[in-house]
Amino acid sequence: MSVAEQSIAGAEARGHGFLASSVGRKVVMAATGIILFGFVTVHMIGNTQAYLGAEGFNAYAKFLHSMLHGAGIWIFRAVLLTAVGLHIWAAVTLTLDNQAARPVGYRAQQSIASTWASRTMRWSGVILAVFIVYHLLHLTTGTVHPNFDHTNPYANFVSGFKVPLAAGFYIVAQLCLGLHMWHGVWSVTQSLGLAHPRYDSLRRSFATGLTLLVVGVNITFPIAVLTGFIH
Amino acid sequence: MSHKSMNLTLHVWRQKNAKCDGKFVEYKADGVSPDMSFLEMLDVVNEGLIGKGEEPIEFDHDCREGICGTCSMVINGRPHGPKERTTTCQLHMRSFKDGDSITLEPWRAEAFPVVRDLVVDRTAFDRIIAAGGFITAPAGTPQDANALPIPKENADLSMDAAACIGCGACVAACPNASAMLFVSAKISHLGLLPQGQPERYLRVRDMVAQMDAEEFGTCTNHGECEAACPKGIKMENIARMNRDFIKASLTCRPTTTGGGAG
Amino acid sequence: MELNSRIPDGPIEKKWERHKFESKLVNPANKRKYRVIMVGSGLAGGAGAASLAELGYNVDCFCYQDSPRRAHSIAAQGGINAAKNYRNDGDSVYRLFYDTVKGGDFRAREANVYRLAEVSADIIDQCVANGVPFAREYGGLLDNRSFGGAQVSRTFYARGQTGQQLLIGAYQALERQVGLGTVKMHSRHEMLELIVVDGVAKGIITRDMVTGEIESHLADAVIIATGGYGNVFYLSTNAMGCNGTAVWRAHKKGAAFGNPCFTQIHPTCIPVTGDHQSKLTLMSESLRNDGRVWVPKKKEDCKKNPNDIKEEDRDYYLERKYPSFGNLAPRDISSRAAKQVCDEGRGVGETGLGVYLDFSDAIRRLGKAKIEEKYGNLFEMYERITDENPYETPMRIYPAVHYTMGGLWVDYNLMSTIPGLFVAGEANFSDHGANRLGASALMQGLADGYFVLPATVSNYLAGLKPGMRPAADHPAVKDTVSAVKARMEKLLSIKGTKSPTHFHRELGKIMWEYCGMARNEAGLKKGLELIPKLREEFWKDVRVLGENESLNQSLEMAARVADYLELAELMCLDALQRRESCGGHFREEFQTEDGEALRDDENFCHVAVWEYQGEGQVPVRHIESLSFENVHLATRSYK
Ligand SMILES: Cc1cc2nc3c(=O)[nH]c(=O)nc-3n(C[C@H](O)[C@H](O)[C@H](O)COP(=O)(O)OP(=O)(O)OC[C@H]3O[C@@H](n4cnc5c(N)ncnc54)[C@H](O)[C@@H]3O)c2cc1C
Ligand code: HEM
Ligand code: HEM
Ligand code: SF4
Ligand code: F3S
Ligand code: FES
Repeated sequence: MSVAEQSIAGAEARGHGFLASSVGRKVVMAATGIILFGFVTVHMIGNTQAYLGAEGFNAYAKFLHSMLHGAGIWIFRAVLLTAVGLHIWAAVTLTLDNQAARPVGYRAQQSIASTWASRTMRWSGVILAVFIVYHLLHLTTGTVHPNFDHTNPYANFVSGFKVPLAAGFYIVAQLCLGLHMWHGVWSVTQSLGLAHPRYDSLRRSFATGLTLLVVGVNITFPIAVLTGFIH
Repeated sequence: MSHKSMNLTLHVWRQKNAKCDGKFVEYKADGVSPDMSFLEMLDVVNEGLIGKGEEPIEFDHDCREGICGTCSMVINGRPHGPKERTTTCQLHMRSFKDGDSITLEPWRAEAFPVVRDLVVDRTAFDRIIAAGGFITAPAGTPQDANALPIPKENADLSMDAAACIGCGACVAACPNASAMLFVSAKISHLGLLPQGQPERYLRVRDMVAQMDAEEFGTCTNHGECEAACPKGIKMENIARMNRDFIKASLTCRPTTTGGGAG
Repeated sequence: MELNSRIPDGPIEKKWERHKFESKLVNPANKRKYRVIMVGSGLAGGAGAASLAELGYNVDCFCYQDSPRRAHSIAAQGGINAAKNYRNDGDSVYRLFYDTVKGGDFRAREANVYRLAEVSADIIDQCVANGVPFAREYGGLLDNRSFGGAQVSRTFYARGQTGQQLLIGAYQALERQVGLGTVKMHSRHEMLELIVVDGVAKGIITRDMVTGEIESHLADAVIIATGGYGNVFYLSTNAMGCNGTAVWRAHKKGAAFGNPCFTQIHPTCIPVTGDHQSKLTLMSESLRNDGRVWVPKKKEDCKKNPNDIKEEDRDYYLERKYPSFGNLAPRDISSRAAKQVCDEGRGVGETGLGVYLDFSDAIRRLGKAKIEEKYGNLFEMYERITDENPYETPMRIYPAVHYTMGGLWVDYNLMSTIPGLFVAGEANFSDHGANRLGASALMQGLADGYFVLPATVSNYLAGLKPGMRPAADHPAVKDTVSAVKARMEKLLSIKGTKSPTHFHRELGKIMWEYCGMARNEAGLKKGLELIPKLREEFWKDVRVLGENESLNQSLEMAARVADYLELAELMCLDALQRRESCGGHFREEFQTEDGEALRDDENFCHVAVWEYQGEGQVPVRHIESLSFENVHLATRSYK
C-alpha cells in the first residue's frame, strides 16, 4: 500500500465521518445557526407589521398560514425544527467535548481576546431554547396565554405583552439573543472558513449592526405595548 | 536599566507525577533583579530550595531564546505571562513589580497530562504531525528548487504559519483546550505551497481526525489562542483549515481498491 | 589505534560518486531486518533517521527533549550555504569547497569538505520539496544573502529562523516515518552509555527521563548526532540541555576524539548581565553589515552615556586594525579583538565585558525605516532582553561560545573508530577544520543526514548478517546497564552541599579563563590542575535531591556535569599540545608581530586524535595527517 493509501485507510479505520469530527459539527452548528438567524431576522421584519395595526398584522399572519395552501408553514416549521435540533445536538456534544478537554481548570485564568458573549454562548443558547418553548406556548399555541384568541393574533400579541412579567422575559430573551447573535454572526464566517483578514472589521461591524437591528426592533414590541404605543 | 531588586511571592503548582494529586505551594523569591529572565528567577529559587534540602520546581525549558517552544507555564492566568508575543523564557522580571504575587500553573488540558510540577506531556502534537503534517518527499534527488516558482506572498504567508514553535500555549489559553491554532498553522504552512497540494485535502482530514482522537476541544472562536501565541499565529489559519476540511469532506471519495495506474 | 580515513581514490570531484557506486547495497527485502539507532533528532539526526527509514530500515530515534522538533538546530538564525550559483556571481562547488577549507584554516579533510560542497545543492532541493518556506523574490525564485567569509551570495534563509524551518522540514519527514511505524521515536530519553559487544557498537543505554527507567536498546548500527559540547563553558549560545554525554561516553568506550580544543566563539552576543545568567543569546552576524564596533579611547569614559562620548574619543578598533574588512572581519578575529580591548579596561556596560555596536551612522545614512526593515526583529529581541532601545543607544555585544568544531573522529563514511558507531552533524569533528564559516553547520547536518548516512550506513549493514543483534541478557549488555544504574545511584547518594549547577558554573569559569578565546601554556596548565580538583570535589560534595524514578532535572544535570568535568580536561590537554594558533584556537605564544594567528603547518597540519586509556590515565594523542592537494596552504589575511 502506498503511503497515501495507508493514510486514507488509517483515517477510515479511525471512523471519522464528517459529523463525528469536531470541525464537522462546528459546520453543522454554523449552518443551522445561519438558518436560525435568518429566520429571526425575517421574523423581526414580519413583526414590524404590528406597527400597522391589527388589520395589517392579522393579514400578515393569515398570509403566513396560507402559504402553499397551508403546507408552506409546515415545511417551514420542519426546517426550523430540524435546524434547532441539529444545532442543539451539535452544541451539547461539542460543549461536553470541550469540558472533557480541560478536566482541571486554572486557579486564575485571564481573558484577553474572548468576549463575554463568546464565553456565555451556551447559556444564552439555553435561555433562548427556554424562550422559544415559552414563546410557542405563548403566541403560537396559546397554552400559557391568559386570553388567547386563535383568530386574532394581533390581540394575542397586545394582551400577551400587557403582562409585565411576560414582557420582561421577552426583553431578557432578546438580550440573550443579542449576545448569541453578536458572537454567532461573526463566528459563522470563521467556522465556515469564509473569514479573511481583509474583511475582518467588516465581519465585526456586520455582526454588531445586525444584532443591534434585530434586538433593537424586537425589544420595541413589548415596550411599545407596555407604554401603550401599541394597543 | 534599573537596579532595584524586588521581593515576590510565588504560588507554584507542585505535583509529583501524573497519578498523584497536586497542590499550590507558596515560595518567596527575594532580591530578584529586574534584568533576570523569568526562568533565571526560577533558577535562583530552585538553588535556594536545593540549599534547604527541598526538591526544586521542575519546569520545561531548553533554548531560552524563544524558539524551541519547550518552556511552558501559565503565569497569573496567562500562558507565557503578561507580555505579548513573548515566550516564558524571554519574559523578564521587569514586567513585574516589587511585592507582586505570582501564580504558576502548568498547561491544563486532557491531551497534555502533567508529567511533574509545571512540566506537561505534549507528544499529542507530534502524533498530529505524524498523522499528516508533512509532504511526502523522500530524500533523493528532487527537482531543482527554482523549477517551482512560488509567489512571494504565498511563501511569506506560509512562513508566517510555519513560525509556530509548537509550544502549546494556544491550547493552554483556549477556554476549550482546543488545538485548532496549532493544527491550522501546519495546514496553512503546507497548504499554501505548491509542493503541499497533492496531499492537501488528505492532510487536513487526517490531522483533524488525530486532533479529535487526542481529545482536544473544539474552536468556538474565542480568540484567546491568537492572543497567547508567542509567534503571532493568526486565527485566519483556523478559517483556512475549516475551509479545506469542508472541501475535503465534501469531495472525498472512497479509496480505489484496484490500485493506481501501472 | 589504527586510523584509516578511508578516503576513496581518484580525483576529488569523482570520489563521492565513485564511493557510492562501490558501496555495497542491502537487498530491499532484507532491509527491515536491520535495526539502526539514531541518537539525536536535530538536522543530522532527524534527517538521517527519516532517510534511513525511507530506505526500509527500522530506526529507533532518541532525543532528550519532549519532541524531536525542539533539537537545538532550531535556534540557527542566519542561513544555510549551498553552491547553487543562482546569482550567477561565480559560485561553484569548487568555490564553496575552497572557501570552507580556507575558512577552516586548513585543518579539515579535503575529501569530506568537497563532498559537503557537492551535495549542498541537493539539500536545498530536498528542503524545498519538504515544504521549507525559504525566502523568495517577487519572481517566485529563491532569495539569497551573503554571509561572513564569502564573496558570493550563496546563503539561503527563511527570515531569521532558518534553522527552525530546516528542522521542521526534517521533523515532518521523521514524523511521517513515525506514523508509518518505521521509526520509533523515544523522546525524553537520554543516552547515557554505548553498548559495545566484541569491539562493535551494538546499542545504547538510555534513561527514561520521566520514569527513570534505565533501558538497553540494541541495534545493528548506532549513530550519534547529539550536537556540540559548547556547554562545557557553562555560558554559551547552546540550549540548556545540550550536552557532551553521548560523545564522551562513546569516547570512553573506544571512539577516538578529534580536535577537542577547537571551539568557535561568536563575536555578536548579548553580554552577560549578572551571576544569575543562565545562557547567552546570539545576535545574528548580519548586524555587522551596518553596525560599527567601538569602545571609548579612555577608560574613564567607559561608564559614560555612549551618546555623550565625542567622535574623537571613540576607538573603532576593527576599522583601525583591519582597514579592508573592518567590521566584517571573521568571527575568530573580531572576537579576539573585543576581548583585547576589554582586557585593556576599555570594555563597556556594567561588567566591563562589552563593546558597542553602533547603528547611528547607518540610521543617519539610510534612515530608521530601512534599518528597521533589515534588522527590526533583532532590535526587538535585543530590547526585550536588555530593555535598551538600540535605535537610540548603541547595542552592547560580547563574544560567546557558540560551536564546537571538535568531536568524535570519523572516517569518510562518518564511522568512528568503533565499528558500527557512526557520528553525524556537530557531534563529529569532520568538515570545518579549526573554524566554521557562518551558515555551514546547517549544511553539514543535512548533508550528513539526508545524503551521506543513507549511503554509508547501508554499506556497513550490507556486510552484516541480518538479525545479529545481541540478546538483552548478553553479559556485555547487562554489565553496561548495571554500570549506568550504579552511576545514577552514586550521584544520588553523595548528598553533598552544592548543586550540580554550582559545579557547572565553576567549570565554566575555568574553561573561559584558561581555554577560551585566547590560550597560553601557563593558563592551560593551570586549568589542567583546577579541573581534576573540581571533579574530585564534585564527586564528594554534589547534592542531588529526589530520586531516579521520576522526572529529576537535577539528576540529569549532575550526570551531564560529571561528563563535562572529564571532557574539559581533554580540551585543555589538546589545546596545550597544539603549539600553534589556527582558526578558533589562538595560542598567545604563537602570533605574528601584529597579533595575528600564526599557524605551524610544519608540525601541526594534522588532526589530533585522542584515544582514551582508562580512568586516571593520560590519553594518547594520535594524528591524522592532512594533505592539501587541491587548495594550497596559505596564510589567512583579512587586513
Ligand atoms: C544560536 C545558534 C545559531 C546558529 N546559527 C547558525 C546558522 O545561522 N547557520 C549555520 O549553518 N549554523 C548555525 N549554528 C550551528 C548549527 O545550528 C548547529 O551546529 C547544528 O544545527 C547542529 O545540528 P545537529 O543535528 O548536529 O545537533 P542538534 O540540532 O543540537 O541536535 C542534537 C540532538 O541530539 C539530542 N541529544 C543530545 N544529547 C543527547 C543524549 N545524551 N541522549 C539523547 N539525545 C541527545 C538532542 O535531543 C537533539 O535532538 C547555530 C548554532 C547556534 C547555537
Ligand atoms: C436552542 C438553544 C441553543 C443552544 C443551546 C445554542 C448553543 C450554541 C452554542 C454552544 C454555540 C457555540 C458557541 C460558539 O460557536 O461560539 C452556538 C453557536 C451559534 N448559535 Fe446557538 N444555541 C441555541 C440556539 C440558537 C438560536 C435560536 C440561534 C439563532 C437564532 C442560534 C445561532 C447560533 C449561531 C449562528 C452560532 C454560531 C455558530 C458558529 O460559530 O459557527 N443558536 N449556539
Ligand atoms: C419580541 C420579539 C418577538 C415577537 C414580538 C414575536 C412574535 C411572534 C408572534 C406574534 C408569533 C406568532 C405568529 C403566528 O402564530 O401567527 C411568533 C411565532 C414564532 N416566533 Fe416569535 N416573536 C419574537 C421573537 C422571537 C424570537 C427571538 C424567536 C426565535 C429565537 C422567535 C421564534 C418564533 C417561532 C419559532 C414562532 C413560530 C412560528 C410558527 O408558527 O411556526 N420569535 N412570534
Ligand atoms: S500556534 Fe502559537 S501558541 Fe500554538 S503551538 Fe504554535 S506557537 Fe505555540
Ligand atoms: S481560543 Fe479556542 S475557541 Fe478557537 S479561536 Fe482559539 S481555539
Ligand atoms: S526555552 Fe525555548 S522557547 Fe522558551
